[in-house]
Amino acid sequence: MTSAAIRPVSRALRRNLTAHGFLIGAVLCFACFSWYPMVREVIMSFQRQKAGRTSWAGLHNLRQVVNDPSFWPAWRNTAEFTALALLLGFALPFAVAVVMNELRHARGYLRVLVYLPVMLPPVSALLLFKYLYNPEYGLFDHVLALLHLPTSGWLQSPDMAMFAVVIASTWMNMGSATLIYLAALQGIPGELYEAAELDGAGLLRRVWHVTIPQTGSILSLMLMLQIVATMQVFVEPFVLTNGGQGVDGSTTTVVYLIYQYAFNFSNYGAACALGLLLLLVLAGFSAVYVRIDRRLER
Amino acid sequence: MSRTGNDSRTLVNAAQLNRTRYRVVLVVVVLLFTAAFVGPVYLLVTDGLKGTTEAIRTPPTFYPHQVAAGNYRDAWDRLDIARLLLNTLWYAFGALAFQLVLDVAAAYSLSKLRPVLGNAVLALMLATLMIPAMVLVVPQYLTVLDLPLLHLNLLDTPWAIWLPSVANAFNIYLLKRFFDSVPKELLDSAAIDGAGPLRTLTAIVLPMSRPIIGVVSIFALVNVWKDFLWPLLAEPDPAKQTLNAGIYSLSLGVPENVLIAAAAISALPTVLFFLVFQRSIMSGLTAGSLKG
Repeated sequence: MTSAAIRPVSRALRRNLTAHGFLIGAVLCFACFSWYPMVREVIMSFQRQKAGRTSWAGLHNLRQVVNDPSFWPAWRNTAEFTALALLLGFALPFAVAVVMNELRHARGYLRVLVYLPVMLPPVSALLLFKYLYNPEYGLFDHVLALLHLPTSGWLQSPDMAMFAVVIASTWMNMGSATLIYLAALQGIPGELYEAAELDGAGLLRRVWHVTIPQTGSILSLMLMLQIVATMQVFVEPFVLTNGGQGVDGSTTTVVYLIYQYAFNFSNYGAACALGLLLLLVLAGFSAVYVRIDRRLER
Repeated sequence: MSRTGNDSRTLVNAAQLNRTRYRVVLVVVVLLFTAAFVGPVYLLVTDGLKGTTEAIRTPPTFYPHQVAAGNYRDAWDRLDIARLLLNTLWYAFGALAFQLVLDVAAAYSLSKLRPVLGNAVLALMLATLMIPAMVLVVPQYLTVLDLPLLHLNLLDTPWAIWLPSVANAFNIYLLKRFFDSVPKELLDSAAIDGAGPLRTLTAIVLPMSRPIIGVVSIFALVNVWKDFLWPLLAEPDPAKQTLNAGIYSLSLGVPENVLIAAAAISALPTVLFFLVFQRSIMSGLTAGSLKG
């Protein structure tokens, strides 16, 4: 090889070395704290650790997890939380955003208000809610009684506990979704409303035929993201019900079971196996979303 | 955002709007929102001012009839909030520094230096966005206990919070997308003037990227401040805990009013931070979320 041919090669090599040098720090962090744990999650699902020795366990962990009496109740509670959180946490931010978008005053103020709870540390907000939910000296029951409405045991009632968790969670988290919807609503061309009005469409029909289709893609994306996020609920029941079980395990969620396996019983194999199941279920939701989204785009 | 022109009409036509009805709706909405979103924050501050007996009185009071400001001092001392606060600040700003240096460098490399396999690395990074965070907590915890190859135990050290915070694909995505918009000609002329990649980054790319750096910085701080489970696991030593984890750990041992006062103290910095940076925070939120 002549020296003229070597020069570009060594220059390309140097350029690549520099580029990888810039990249290496972040790559190492990803490798240690994202990629490697992901691989480990899968491997450990099929491993057993006993007295410091690791051996293959086959489907033993999976069987143990499924046969746990808390397994199905935990999934039911998680599904209940997700369904309630969607009913409240998906519809409410959209409705709030639609109303906010109509107002021509106090917009900045309202935006700050809606987002304020998102900024609070979750433990602060949840400890307050726990205090307000108290059936003896909590403010919620007091206000309900003043309005002659039926009071509730909230977190201490097995039927209402999950609903109470959802209310607190929605209050804490709805700000981000609201602002995202607000941004999407501002992109709807006014002519569409104009045309719908000329066609004699009333207020609700305009919402149904213009607002919702025009924000359809962001709505379906947010729906998917919220399902994935709410299925992973942990902090809210954990803080509200002193470690996440509630009365009769009424607020035990799947992620709480994972936490319990790992950090109360040091059964990492079972924790990983249940984690893998959750991962597969969530991946299933994402796959369904991608298929529907593609069909809609066509 | 002003909406004066006719081109920005919404659901209801502004020209046909009944003015009194609009006023009524406006007032009702403002009052309702204030009650719903500021109400609990008001209770957070004032319930911490109630005396011990008033805090658990039936029926409860809407405002402290006797102000017991000593609760705040009590909470500060009993939960050692000064230490928790310093810990949280140290973790948050450390995480910020690591993210700014490593993620900016990586995004710059992926966007402008374009090494071999760069796109594969980017794809692997973005793929982590699809993995539910809670599923990874257990293997991440075990990794921190015994770092692969080095066999270091990072538990109870700030590294256990700083380093995992760098593995944030969202930062990489936002930064790379912004760097992509920096014109190539600028970088080429810098190279002709003899500037190396590092100098190009600090002298040309970074000054142009102030808005996105601001967004990434704010979310780096907020994420550490709001995180609960990871710091609870990674810093079990009470002397090393964050505000969230520390207040939670001690929540069963203190009276309600002192606990609420502690919760109010730990909420105060984020509320002030939000009120100061609200514009960047809210614009950053929509900048990131509309990624499709």
